[in-house]
Amino acid sequence: MISRRNLMLGGAAVPFLSYMSLVPAFAATPTDILVVAQQLDNMTSLDPHESFEAVGSEICGNIYQKLVHPSLDDADKVEPSLAASWEADAEGKVFTFKMRADAKFASGAPVTAEDAAFSLQRVIKMNKSPAFIIAQFGFTADKVEEQIVAVDASTLRLTLDKPASLSFLLYCLSANVGSIVEKKIALANVANNDFGNAYLQKNTAGSGEWMLQSWKASESVSLQVNPNGAYKGNIKRILLRHVVDPSSQLLMLQKGDIDIARNLTTEQLRTLQGDANYELIRKGVASLVLLSLNQNNANLAKPQVWQAVKWALDYKGMQENLVPLTHKIHQSFLPEGFPGAVNDTPFQRDVAKAKALMAEAGLADGFEIAMDHYSAQPYPDLAQAIQANLADIGIKVSLQSAENRQVLTKMRAREHQMALSAWGSDYFDPHANADVFNINKDNSSDAKAKPFLWRSSFQDAELTAKAEAARDEKKPEKRIELYVELQKASMEKSPFAFMFQVTTTAACRKNVSGVRLGTLSDSHSYAKAAKV
Amino acid sequence: MNKKLKSFAGILGSVFLTLFGLTVVTFLIGRVMPVDPVIAAVGDNASEAVISRARVEMGLDQPVIVQFFHYLGQVLRGDFGTSVLTHNPVWVDIARFFPATLELATAALILSTVIGIPLGVWAATRQGKLIDQVIRVVCLAGHSVPVFMLALVSLLVFYATLGIAPGPGRQNIIFDGMIPQVTGLLTVDSLIEGDWDAFYDALAHMVQPVCILAYFSMAYITRMTRAFMLGALKGEFIITARAKGLSAFTVVWIHAFPTVAVQLVTVLALTYAGLLEGAVVTETVFSWPGIGQYLTVSLMNADMNPVVGSTLLIGVIYVGLNLIADLLYRVLDPRVR
Repeated sequence: MISRRNLMLGGAAVPFLSYMSLVPAFAATPTDILVVAQQLDNMTSLDPHESFEAVGSEICGNIYQKLVHPSLDDADKVEPSLAASWEADAEGKVFTFKMRADAKFASGAPVTAEDAAFSLQRVIKMNKSPAFIIAQFGFTADKVEEQIVAVDASTLRLTLDKPASLSFLLYCLSANVGSIVEKKIALANVANNDFGNAYLQKNTAGSGEWMLQSWKASESVSLQVNPNGAYKGNIKRILLRHVVDPSSQLLMLQKGDIDIARNLTTEQLRTLQGDANYELIRKGVASLVLLSLNQNNANLAKPQVWQAVKWALDYKGMQENLVPLTHKIHQSFLPEGFPGAVNDTPFQRDVAKAKALMAEAGLADGFEIAMDHYSAQPYPDLAQAIQANLADIGIKVSLQSAENRQVLTKMRAREHQMALSAWGSDYFDPHANADVFNINKDNSSDAKAKPFLWRSSFQDAELTAKAEAARDEKKPEKRIELYVELQKASMEKSPFAFMFQVTTTAACRKNVSGVRLGTLSDSHSYAKAAKV
Repeated sequence: MNKKLKSFAGILGSVFLTLFGLTVVTFLIGRVMPVDPVIAAVGDNASEAVISRARVEMGLDQPVIVQFFHYLGQVLRGDFGTSVLTHNPVWVDIARFFPATLELATAALILSTVIGIPLGVWAATRQGKLIDQVIRVVCLAGHSVPVFMLALVSLLVFYATLGIAPGPGRQNIIFDGMIPQVTGLLTVDSLIEGDWDAFYDALAHMVQPVCILAYFSMAYITRMTRAFMLGALKGEFIITARAKGLSAFTVVWIHAFPTVAVQLVTVLALTYAGLLEGAVVTETVFSWPGIGQYLTVSLMNADMNPVVGSTLLIGVIYVGLNLIADLLYRVLDPRVR
């Protein structure tokens, strides 16, 4: 005889037992599906001619191909992608590309010069955020159809008004915005004269290894293998799941519910280090952490103070104690991995030297200053360390923490004094950052353009001239030399203290291979990914 | 009749005023916050030409008052604008995110009510005794332990260590994209599709977040029930009932409990509204694509149309649940009729 109490207890246990019986359903992911946990929440578009943030660029980089791409082994070289070869005329104004004959879009249609011309024209006509990368060569919406022409099905010709360096042009064409989309699909989905923009924000028309299956904002992105692409591995589908919390990402990786975790913090990476069940793929990416000193502050405008700040910071201590697995020390404006990047780290903590520089500036007693910084970690920790370092040379820093867009808005209004922020490069050419950190043509308060230098009220004609000369130099080797010189000059005479380069890590389960991280997010690739 | 009409008009008027006030406040917060929505939309690295064009496209070049009435006109036509992040009309996004929260909140409310009310009554009838102390401590813990910690510990124990619960997310990847959205409630949609595996999977994924949310709600419901019942049990009518020799069950549940039911309706309505506005932390830890996460992500990206749209939705929920509570008062308490 079952008592009423036992019957009730048994009844209550049934759902729990049946819940346990579901456990096998939560076992490891299928071998033909690669599951990645990643923070996908700031992605706004998957149209490669519009997408301008890291995650969107990364996905576009796996869906679309460009005419050329930077060499994976030697950043100073550019290799063919959809273009088989290219040449420039003697003057550096006409550039001719021969298209590869065997490339196909996911639809099965061949990739032609017509598609390439349409794509680059589309960039200029739509004029979305990343368009300036291509437009800086003088292409304009009203003339672009004459400037970018498909001579025949396999020949693309670009004609510029002013001469340009071939290597500069190639690196810019290798950016995400240089992606080639299928003209027919884009035109078939035009709405309100948008060049198919609304359609391509959430659909695919590329020739890369993967094609977009679905994008559910703040939930997931699903890619499926392009049957006409170059992928030869066993994975048929890649599912990027939006998992905000890094702790959840770690648990899911350890349980086998995901194959790769993309946003683990230092503490979480430490738990996986040395564990044979996981492989940590690490790469320094094109994101630099820097301290900007606004020149509209009389104390910060003194060059000795720039140097004093640079010599007062304990780069090594901060890196080792606060950001050991997510950042590395980097002190030039070009991130490691970029063509011509200077990876020397001449500045180290030398309080005596920094104090002497402060005295030379007439500020031996120091001064008070406010420093804005991002509120997300590790910036608050870094800010506190900087505060302590600068206190040692008499600079009393008050910290002002805010969400990163708030800090950027304040900087754009020149309302900051010191700011601890980050800068990500837009494209894989040294000019991308050389422009940002050296060129400011109009420093007036009502300037039309407000480049990064303008925001800190900094202008240096010599650095500007050097940056422009490097940009226009036609010989690739000489160009790299000029950028090396420029970085060294900038280290000495600019009010920006570069401190760290962000290192990203893809924590993979051991059965996953072939995942590659690049210096720019659009070169993070699943092209050779495999899973056993 | 006139009285009823007046009362109805009064209710409608207060609803309108509440929603209008909410729209004004949320809209103004969006405009005065120290983040440039244009930079949030096009990125910090965009050229000045792109930024200027986007400012015009977003209508932000107009005076704030013009922007407001333009927005109000849109809202009155049922157009809440488009999200910069998702490029979807806000109502389309809400239709996708809100059901996830609705499913979670409803299950959590049912669970917390079914456990919380009897616990509160039990504690009240054993006032000062051991069981009362235990229940009070459990409730205190429910209020004081941070939800993210409880959620993470739950994941660590039941998912990572014991392996008896599924991980974060609403469903296993093998069901991803397999269940067509009808109601947006995965459990219901999988039943409509007749896919029992997907149904069990969706149900299993709900267990942990529902239990976490239910625990917090239960703590509140239990404490309130206990307090109300303590008052009711001191009533003279209860002494009379006991003197008549009625059983303890009848005294408590038939005589005392109905008198606190009216107050509990308010507690439950407010609890439900609180759950429906999105449990941001729980949704974050469990990667639950609900309205709380949508609102937070939009806010962090200064994407104001979804923020105002979601806030209005939450306002409507509060107003709606208050109205329902008012109606239930009339059913439960004859004196209000």
